[in-house]
Amino acid sequence: MARSRIRWADTLDEEEGEFSLPPTSVRGPDSHGVKTTTEFYRNERGDAFKKVTKTKVVHVEKKVYKVTEERRNWPRFGMAATETREDSVTVQQKEEIPFERVRQLKATQQEKKFTDMQAAMQSADKSAIVGSLKDMLYKRRMERELLRAKGLLADAEKPPDEDGGRASGLPAAPKPGSYVPPSVRNRGAGGGNEGESMQQRRRDENSLRVTNLSEDVSEADLQELFRPFGPISRVFLAVDRTTGENRGFAFVNYVYREDADRAIRNLNGYGYDNLILRVEYAAPRAER
Amino acid sequence: MRPYLLKGHERPLTQVKYNREGDLLISCAKNLYPCLWLAEDGRRLGTYEGHNGAVWTCEISLDSQRLITASADQTVRIWELPTGKELHQIKMNEPCRASALSVGEKLLAFTTDSFMGVPPQIHIVDVDLQAAPGSGPIAGDKPRLTFDAPKGRITRVGWIEQNRVLITSHDGGFVRRWDAETGEMLQEAQVHEDAIQDMQFSADGSYVVTASLDKAAKLVDVTTLEVLKTYKTGRFVQSAAVSPILDHILLGGGQDASQVTTTSAKAGGFEARFFHKIYTEEFGNVRGHFGPINSVAFSPDGRSFVTGGEDGYVRVHHFDNDFFSTKWL
Repeated sequence: MARSRIRWADTLDEEEGEFSLPPTSVRGPDSHGVKTTTEFYRNERGDAFKKVTKTKVVHVEKKVYKVTEERRNWPRFGMAATETREDSVTVQQKEEIPFERVRQLKATQQEKKFTDMQAAMQSADKSAIVGSLKDMLYKRRMERELLRAKGLLADAEKPPDEDGGRASGLPAAPKPGSYVPPSVRNRGAGGGNEGESMQQRRRDENSLRVTNLSEDVSEADLQELFRPFGPISRVFLAVDRTTGENRGFAFVNYVYREDADRAIRNLNGYGYDNLILRVEYAAPRAER
Repeated sequence: MRPYLLKGHERPLTQVKYNREGDLLISCAKNLYPCLWLAEDGRRLGTYEGHNGAVWTCEISLDSQRLITASADQTVRIWELPTGKELHQIKMNEPCRASALSVGEKLLAFTTDSFMGVPPQIHIVDVDLQAAPGSGPIAGDKPRLTFDAPKGRITRVGWIEQNRVLITSHDGGFVRRWDAETGEMLQEAQVHEDAIQDMQFSADGSYVVTASLDKAAKLVDVTTLEVLKTYKTGRFVQSAAVSPILDHILLGGGQDASQVTTTSAKAGGFEARFFHKIYTEEFGNVRGHFGPINSVAFSPDGRSFVTGGEDGYVRVHHFDNDFFSTKWL
């Protein structure tokens, strides 16, 4: 009884082969010149598909002589009358033949920079890339400055004092009994601890705070800048974790205080990468 | 751009020419039949059969109803251009080379090569191209005027100054002006050091561009024969044309065909080369032929050009739109 009964799913399956697909319809072109073609087709497995193709129709007006229209319909004669498509007397070239430029244009400064950049990206010459990158970064920085001036962007971050960020980032006072890393132990408890004081010394002594750095300065640049005044024990460049760009300030520690003095004398107010550097002693934490 | 390749001739091309409207194209080659093409898509409309030798040059009447061909088979023939029917034959005793219709198309000037002791000559015949076929003579049987030229082939001829003067280019680099009434030589100037292979008029007809085997092309004023500009290419120049709309000069040529196989294809210099007319600097080229280019022509609207090569191919190039918006120099 159940077998004689026709299930609707079966009928659907049987009918599917027969039921015809809607005809292809073309709509448009509409006011934007877009023509919509909707077609239905089946693949080899019999699945039906709907395909909607949107084409932009552009009308190009071309003026021709009236007489040339007649000439197009002239009957062929001579050997042309008997030629067939297979003779391929006329073939349109498959590949695009470019109009090749012989000499490069004397480009304007801006165009030149752009093409230089592109060329540099393609070549293996890294120094060229760095040069162009600097240009690019400079441009970006100037744009940012402009936005800042217009008030569209937040002010540049004010450099904190040495270790200020970290201090504020930590819980103010660890609960008694909880684990405290050795480097943080006894912090604020008034020194006395040997290991801590070693570190403290290294951090505090002859530490220079360099501010108003440009965004594309690297630690290597700073090394290069400060090295001539004497041996450097540490260079720390504050880098924004999300953007990867530096935050515009750095700390440089000298081994000898005289060198630090000289660095301040020479580099404070020094124009570096279109910005005027400010170099001063980092405020020691004890004074804070 | 994607040029059309027209393979209607198995032999080297000798001349390619547009009609006045620029919708039709005639190609002549060293094989026996010139071809008529639609310039837009390169479709072949017909062939003109009857010549018995290389066809050196052709001339299309302004209404595109008549075609005149000058051939090495010692004839100049007049054809009905739309049908390919031969209407008239001017039989000479020497190979015929250059041909030119006068303004008004009442006179035809053509040149013959020196042959069997006869010096190179320039002939002028009366023609009546409007005459209905069969109703009367289309051209005089004998030239109304024939005059000798100095030794050396006459490669091109043209009418200037309201049909009063003929200008011719020669082997040896000479350009000469002739009185069309008397055949008297008015002026000559050696503008090139070697044979002038082609001489084409500017759109206004006030100067010509000459292409020479001395590896240069020159702009020459037709009234004074003064050299206005020189385009040095470093390669044989077989043909030169002036753009009717831009300050561009199109040069075709390349290494001599007999030496092509001895060097790499790159060294041949078979590109169609574009020079700035005023600054005489090359600014671009279009590759494609694998033999020297024998003839070049700009369409009258300046938006396409055609080259015919020693390789037997005619290539029809339609400039892309950005060609006209790009700053080339």
